[in-house]
Amino acid sequence: MTITQDNGVLTAHLTGEIDHHSAAFMRSAVDAAFVRTSPKELVLDFSGVTFMDSSGVGLALGRYKKTREQNCTLVLAGLSERDKRMMKLSGMQKMEMVEFR
Amino acid sequence: MKKSVNDFKMNVLSRSVNESFCRAVVGAFAALCDPTVEELSDLKTAVSEAVTNCIVHGYRDRPGRIYIDAALLEGNVLRVKIRDKGCGIEDVSRAMEPLFSTAGNERSGLGFTVMESFCDSVRVRSAPGKGTVVTLTKTITGKCDE
Ligand SMILES: Nc1ncnc2c1ncn2[C@@H]1O[C@H](COP(=O)(O)OP(=O)(O)OP(=O)(O)O)[C@@H](O)[C@H]1O
Ligand SMILES: [Mg+2]
Repeated sequence: MTITQDNGVLTAHLTGEIDHHSAAFMRSAVDAAFVRTSPKELVLDFSGVTFMDSSGVGLALGRYKKTREQNCTLVLAGLSERDKRMMKLSGMQKMEMVEFR
Repeated sequence: MKKSVNDFKMNVLSRSVNESFCRAVVGAFAALCDPTVEELSDLKTAVSEAVTNCIVHGYRDRPGRIYIDAALLEGNVLRVKIRDKGCGIEDVSRAMEPLFSTAGNERSGLGFTVMESFCDSVRVRSAPGKGTVVTLTKTITGKCDE
């Protein structure tokens, strides 16, 4: 996983498998960068993800709590059709300041 | 009762590293009957949900054992039982409702919903203080080399 920052946009390029085990590391890395940079937009880029279960949804929802508090937009990008369907079971597509790309 | 054509049993320690191990093993067993890529990822996702629940909820991150019992039944039906001897579930039907979760911020409460959407059936038996068994069944459209 790599995290990049450009002009107020923080992007986490998630890679490999997201489950409860691997999500713990991703969560702390993203949160640390988020606190450090206070971005106006946080992009979780799932295009390098080869597997995810509902822990990926939990990862997005957990970040949303923080972005929302800071008036930061949360962008969920690069989800496969199947993972997007799973993500949408949470109702995130209807939440304020969340974008699917 | 459908006859079993092939089966395996295993048990692993309830450590989170074993989530990927368990879904990979069940995936390798399912691969013996030539599933589609989608069927395989559906099954692995459902197994991952059930195993994670044993670790996170059943044993509450304390050490315990997870018992997996998988069988290929006649008619290309895979049946996977995932069992823990953890805390059990007081109200199973409530636990299975979408978005219901007793865990904190990082859980979506979608585990059972995902299992149900990716399998043909999900049966849950649980006794508070004794543990939980989740039985997943899924028909594989591929052909087995029997
Ligand atoms: N093996 C288990 N032992 C004890 N309680 C369980 C077990 N499996 C599930 N539960 C209970 O059922 C609830 C719902 O489970 P489900 O998997 O649907 O959601 P979750 O695990 O809370 O969140 P998610 O799976 O989306 O990360 C859990 O919060 C927990 O209270
Ligand atoms: Mg769960």
